[in-house]
Amino acid sequence: MSGHESSYTPTNGFTKWLDKRLPIVRFANDTVVTFPTPKNLNYWYTFGGILAVCLAVQILTGVILAMHYEPNVNGAFASVERIMRDVPFGWLLRNIHANGASMFFFAVYIHMFRGLYYGSYKAPREVLWILGCVIFLLMIATAFLGYMLPWGQMSYHGANVITSLFGAIPLVGESLQTWILGGPSIGNQTLQRFFSLHYLLPFMIAAVVILHIWALHVPGNNNPTGVEVQDVEKDTVPFHPYYTLKDSFGIVLFLIVFAYFVFYAPNALGHADQSIEANPLVTPAHIVPEWYMLPFYAILRAITFDLGPIPAKLLGVIFMFAAIAILFVLPWLDTSKVKSMRYRPVARQFFFGFVAVCLLLGWCGASTPSNPVFPALQGEDALVVSYTQDGVEATSTYKGGGEAYVDAKRFMDGLPEDASPSLSAVPAPAFTFSQLSLILTFCYFGYFFILFFIGLTEKPKELPESIHKSVLKRHKATSATTAPAE
Amino acid sequence: MTEQTAQPLDETVDDDRRNFIHIATGAVAFGGVAAFAIAAIDQWNPAADTRAASSLDVDISKVPLGSEIRVLIGGKPFFLRHRTPAEIAEAEAVNVENLRDPETDDERLRPMQDGKLNRAMLITSGACTHLGCVPVGPAQGNTGEYGGWYCPCHGSEYDTSGRIRKGPAPKNLPIPNYVYVSDTVVNISL
Repeated sequence: MSGHESSYTPTNGFTKWLDKRLPIVRFANDTVVTFPTPKNLNYWYTFGGILAVCLAVQILTGVILAMHYEPNVNGAFASVERIMRDVPFGWLLRNIHANGASMFFFAVYIHMFRGLYYGSYKAPREVLWILGCVIFLLMIATAFLGYMLPWGQMSYHGANVITSLFGAIPLVGESLQTWILGGPSIGNQTLQRFFSLHYLLPFMIAAVVILHIWALHVPGNNNPTGVEVQDVEKDTVPFHPYYTLKDSFGIVLFLIVFAYFVFYAPNALGHADQSIEANPLVTPAHIVPEWYMLPFYAILRAITFDLGPIPAKLLGVIFMFAAIAILFVLPWLDTSKVKSMRYRPVARQFFFGFVAVCLLLGWCGASTPSNPVFPALQGEDALVVSYTQDGVEATSTYKGGGEAYVDAKRFMDGLPEDASPSLSAVPAPAFTFSQLSLILTFCYFGYFFILFFIGLTEKPKELPESIHKSVLKRHKATSATTAPAE
Repeated sequence: MTEQTAQPLDETVDDDRRNFIHIATGAVAFGGVAAFAIAAIDQWNPAADTRAASSLDVDISKVPLGSEIRVLIGGKPFFLRHRTPAEIAEAEAVNVENLRDPETDDERLRPMQDGKLNRAMLITSGACTHLGCVPVGPAQGNTGEYGGWYCPCHGSEYDTSGRIRKGPAPKNLPIPNYVYVSDTVVNISL
């Protein structure tokens, strides 16, 4: 809390001497020991600590991997294989690093949804929220850069798709793309600069994390009621041992899931094409990013129409970046004074809808856009004969298994010579993933705009008077039904 | 601070002089940062050796009829397709006005040294104009609905002249800069 008095008293001669010169022990004491923290934080609040562990794990394993990795198009793929096969415990370090990225994003998404649910982005925590968004952007950039380093097929062609997005920007696009790639296409120079930046960005993340924690410690933690701390004595407990232990327990549970993936399913979240060395001449049939980018990839592909002078490709890029940019202005889009969704009966429904929309967008991002969403409802494919009759193009359609082919063939043979008929299989019209993505994209943005209007009209439930009163009330309610405490 | 007010007149601060020094110092520092920024940004542009490796002589006499070869120049793919008479006829028969990116087949060919067009040899970029994937063609056993190329990423279909006919790609496969060095050798440059 701002203005929370330092309770640290140096005990011996050395700490007294040090406290006058570099009060680092005092700082640590005030930050992680005596820091007054709302007493009602639940397990959703442990993901901050979990994320700190994730960052440390990624930096530690990453620095070690860099000692064995060769940032060169001729050696990159082989050096990664060497790490997996020959370097002592290289397999372990790389599996931790590769799955660690997934775990990092899993944790950050829960952390962000938690912030959205309890209104942690609202005054006085706007800067805290924006710094979090900056960290998220840096994470995406770092993950994208890092995914290129193994120089697999998905590395190369995924990076090709994403860097070509910059080419969609009018006027400067093409030269910007050449500048980013350092040549006409992705080459050795691109791999080397991506490696350098992939090493740099995590330390920038660490720096912004420090600002993030600083911005957290000025207003103090939000909490599930969204009611600010009024009485430090009654509403808060010291960070240590209460939350150091609660966070530690959350971290242990998280590490069990982490370890499951590292030891039992190290490739479950990856893509098989990454095990093939990059080949610029062969594009994989499905280019998909890692799972944590899928919702944004779905938004990118959802836009297939031009809007006035803006071509579809550029529009998709704009929407994809807007999907992240809109998070930055969320504190000013949500007009409600009530923070926690617990007391917002209408907005709460929309929040759960928003979570569903994000998950469904992920599903769309992983699917082929032209495929039907419900294959069971898919009608029968039809055989269509296209031909020219008296200079006019005409078609004739046949349905029903093998007989349709015989009929179509007989029809084609019966046509005059100049008709130049061609036969094609046309799938029945269906509700496709590309249509679903478009609907979900509008729902995604719709959530942020509807928060603006809900805040103006919604009648919130009665807020608890204070944090400790809400805790006492909950405690009574749970002990009456002898249910375990939260 | 209170002592300063008691100082004699000739020792008071001259704000104009001090501002001048501040601005001059700041300008020099800014100039230095800007000068370094030029180097720091420009070093990402294609290096001289990268630019030098941007053209290639290709022998087209060995391209099998009805198939193609693929070459990489500066990491970019190019298709050299030996078209059959039927494919040429198909490319020429298309009503250009109905195309998304209208171009006649002749406009997509470059003359040989004698000024004639070599209609059998179509040379195009091998990057789909949608998002840069490499389309599949006759060598991969899939030429798409229009007999040219099919892009497996998002389903763009190109005809036997490399023109976009269906799918999300906005433009035809671009024709690179190339010249016939002899009847059987072309020089392709980026």
